Parts: sequence; C-alpha cells; structure tokens
Amino acid sequence: MADEAIFLLLHNEMVAGLYRAAEQGEGENGRCTTKLESMGFRVGQGLIERFTKDTARFKDELDIMKFICKDFWTTVFKKQIDNLRTNHQGIYVLQDNKFRLLTQISAGKQYLEHAPKYLAFTCGLIRGGLSNLGIKSIVTAEVSSMPACKFQVMIQKM
Amino acid sequence: MSRPPGRKQENHKISRDLFVLTYGALVAQLCKDYERDEDVNSCLDRMGYSIGIRLIDDFLAHSDVKKCRSYSETADVIAQVAFKMYLGVTPSVSCCSAAGNEFSLILDKNPLVDFVEELPAERASLCYCNLLCGVIRGALEMVQLAAEVTFLQDRLRGDAVTEIGITFLRKAEDRKHKRK
Repeated sequence: MADEAIFLLLHNEMVAGLYRAAEQGEGENGRCTTKLESMGFRVGQGLIERFTKDTARFKDELDIMKFICKDFWTTVFKKQIDNLRTNHQGIYVLQDNKFRLLTQISAGKQYLEHAPKYLAFTCGLIRGGLSNLGIKSIVTAEVSSMPACKFQVMIQKM
Repeated sequence: MSRPPGRKQENHKISRDLFVLTYGALVAQLCKDYERDEDVNSCLDRMGYSIGIRLIDDFLAHSDVKKCRSYSETADVIAQVAFKMYLGVTPSVSCCSAAGNEFSLILDKNPLVDFVEELPAERASLCYCNLLCGVIRGALEMVQLAAEVTFLQDRLRGDAVTEIGITFLRKAEDRKHKRK
C-alpha cells in the first residue's frame, strides 16, 4: 500500500541516481551494481535481525530458505516466492513470476537490458539476510522476461 | 503455522524499517561518494524532488483530500494526512509569518532517524533527512504550488526539535483555476 510506494520510488531513484552519477563521473559502470548490492547487503542484515527477533530457531538450511521465500518475501514484497528449487547440494533457485520491483517497468522483453540494475539491491538483500542467519552465499539474478525473475543462491561452505 | 494476532502490525513495522534502513544505506553510500556535505545534501534534495513528483499521484489516489483553499489548509494536509500515511507520524503545524505563506512542521518523532544515533564528527553539516524537503517541494510543484522547503532545526545537529520550514512562493501571474 502506501509503504510500498515510497520504497519502490526510493529504490528506483537510487538506481537512477547512481547510474546518472556514474555516467557523469569516471564511467565505471560495473561499480554501480556492486554499490547497490552492498547497500542491499547492509539493509538485509539489519532487516533480518529485526524480523527474526521472535521466531523459533531454524532446523536447517532448507528451513531458512523456506523462511526467506515465504515470510521474508511476503513482508518485503507483499507476496511469496512462486517457486523454490534446489539440488540439495547448496544451490537454490527462487523464482518470482511477478517481481514487485519490475512490474512497473515492462511486461515482456522490452527494456530487458535494464532489468539487472533493479535486481542488484534485492540480491544484496537476500545475501545480507542469509549472512546474518549464519549462511555465507553468493546471490545472482537473471531475467528472461519481465516481470518474472530468478534469484540463484549458492551456499558457500565455510 | 498459526500466526500471532499482532503479526500484521509487525509486518507494517518491518516494511517501514525496510524503507528507513534503505534510506540509511543510501545516505551512507552518498557520504562515501561525495566529500562535501553540500554535495550530499543537494543530491538528496534532487532525489527527493524526483520522488515527490511521482509520490503526489500515489498520495492523491490513496487519500480522500478535497481541494485545499488556502496555504494553511495545504500545510495541514501535508502534516496530518501525508506524513501520517507514509511515515506514520503527525508533525504539528505552525504559521510563522503575517503574510500567511510560511509554515513550519515540527516533528518530535522522526522515523527516518530511528537507527541513527548521531552524525559523525566530519559530517557536521549533513542534512540527513534532506530527502523529505525534496519530496515536499516536488509534490507541491506538481499541484501548481511553488515552495521552498528547508530544515530549520535538526535534532541530529544538536537542536531541540526537528523543524521543516515551508515557504509558499507567490506566483507572478494570477492563475485562473486554482487547484490544490
């Protein structure tokens, strides 16, 4: 509702502002994605702490991933992850068929090349959340047709 | 899994936390990118302006406000409806000029600084919530009201309260149809 609007606008403005600054500056385009991802990481760490204050201890990795897909995603994006797949060896794929941050951009293949910019923050969010739950991971995202997207989480064994 | 009854409010709070934390991360990143406080402040103001020109549509769609007939009504709507809707707080409004076009919103609770203890020493003149000024300015401009919005007092910089000053600028031409 109202809360969603301001976060959506702030997020889009962050992406636009960072890329605009990069264009005018040295032109290091790759750094923008890193910056967004690290911002998402910080936010994810803080958010998961507040969120899981009163939840019961998680049984295992799969339990944590299910928590991310259901409760975490519902609170942040007002819907659950549509599909969670895993190979039971540390790789999870979270599929969201109507990703909230992409629905307003396009419904198909238009602007596909701009989609990754809007996913970097969320990748960081997931990585930060998992990190504070004790899981070190690498999160990447891919979009084949908006607004559906897939987040791939690779658990790093410490 | 049965949910405890207070879950909805908690989720609401978490959504707000998400916004506040994201804003904090943004300010931190801008501080890393720009050395001077004025640059960070103006960047925040510009971003706020872009957000404001879009937020006004969302606000008008979700709220039931009628046309405002005076500047003071406009300031009241901003404080009592808009702030309440988006930030969950209601600042108090006071008019500080005889001409009736200068108002100040006094926030005794500012949710944006929920997780901020104090500004670092080298960032003494950073206007942490400058985004709010840009948002108000942008939103007002989209309803044909030019205004200057600045922070008059800021608790993070040592003042007693946080005060936002809105000065409505008189238009040079007389507008036939006065909208909100």
